[in-house]
Amino acid sequence: MMNRLLPHPGLSLLLVVMWVVMVSDLTFGTLFLGIVFGILVPIFTAPWWPERPPVRFVPALGYLGIVLWDIVVANFHVAAIILFKPNRNLKPAWLTIPLDLTSPEAITVFAGTISLTPGTVSSDISACGQYLLVHALHAPDPAGEIAKVKARYEARLKEIFR
Amino acid sequence: MSGAAPASADLIVSALVVLGGAFALIGSWGLVRLPSLMERLHGPTKATTLGLGAMLVGSVVWFQLAEGVWTTHELLVSVFLFVTAPISANMIAKVHLHRLRQGEVSKGAGPAGTPEPPPGAADWATHEAPHQGTPGDFVGD
Repeated sequence: MMNRLLPHPGLSLLLVVMWVVMVSDLTFGTLFLGIVFGILVPIFTAPWWPERPPVRFVPALGYLGIVLWDIVVANFHVAAIILFKPNRNLKPAWLTIPLDLTSPEAITVFAGTISLTPGTVSSDISACGQYLLVHALHAPDPAGEIAKVKARYEARLKEIFR
Repeated sequence: MSGAAPASADLIVSALVVLGGAFALIGSWGLVRLPSLMERLHGPTKATTLGLGAMLVGSVVWFQLAEGVWTTHELLVSVFLFVTAPISANMIAKVHLHRLRQGEVSKGAGPAGTPEPPPGAADWATHEAPHQGTPGDFVGD
């Protein structure tokens, strides 16, 4: 019964918060309409998202903090490359990252994180779902780059989605 | 707009907007000067996120100090930006991979070359349908 009514409690909460943030006004009416959307939208979209991934929210918040910090650092890093590194010194490379994550939600978050952080864009996933293809703007040491990304993000995501 | 905004508010907001503009400009400059499509993709997906972020923080600070209200729209703009930027970058990269394999890229593969296929029997998902039981497999659902 609870599963039928609230197929994705996290999504419901997110929708309520986003509605209140969008109206930018915390009144009873706003909150009420937000809750109506928070209940109805997950029910109608549940057929396209049948499984409920187990998510641990406290490590997820820590992860969000790390990623936001890395985005700021990444911006300065990429800006420095754009401004000061001539094209002949640039070492772009394709990285093939073996995935330990298995759930589609976890892989999506991992790929999104890679795209938003220092000099890397995730480009493709293998048809078997076990490798991620990533393009690095400047990677003189591809193996080290792969190890860094796996240790910093994938290890934490394994704690969040399990 | 009330004229009662303190001078410090003007100073903070100006600094943030100038910082934001500088990063947006650097991102666009990267689009011009980097060697090939895959490298150019890095400029707009990253250097501009902080540019926009700084401008949005400037907007929040302005409304708080000059008008005395907290606005939250800026938060939502950055959330949507962070969710959509990787997806558009991924789609552009996938089209590029497809065109590379088809030999349709007239200027060549660029300094990173063409990516190796992944280890094992499977190819990249751009060239091969997802296997059964993997995230993109809709037949097995």
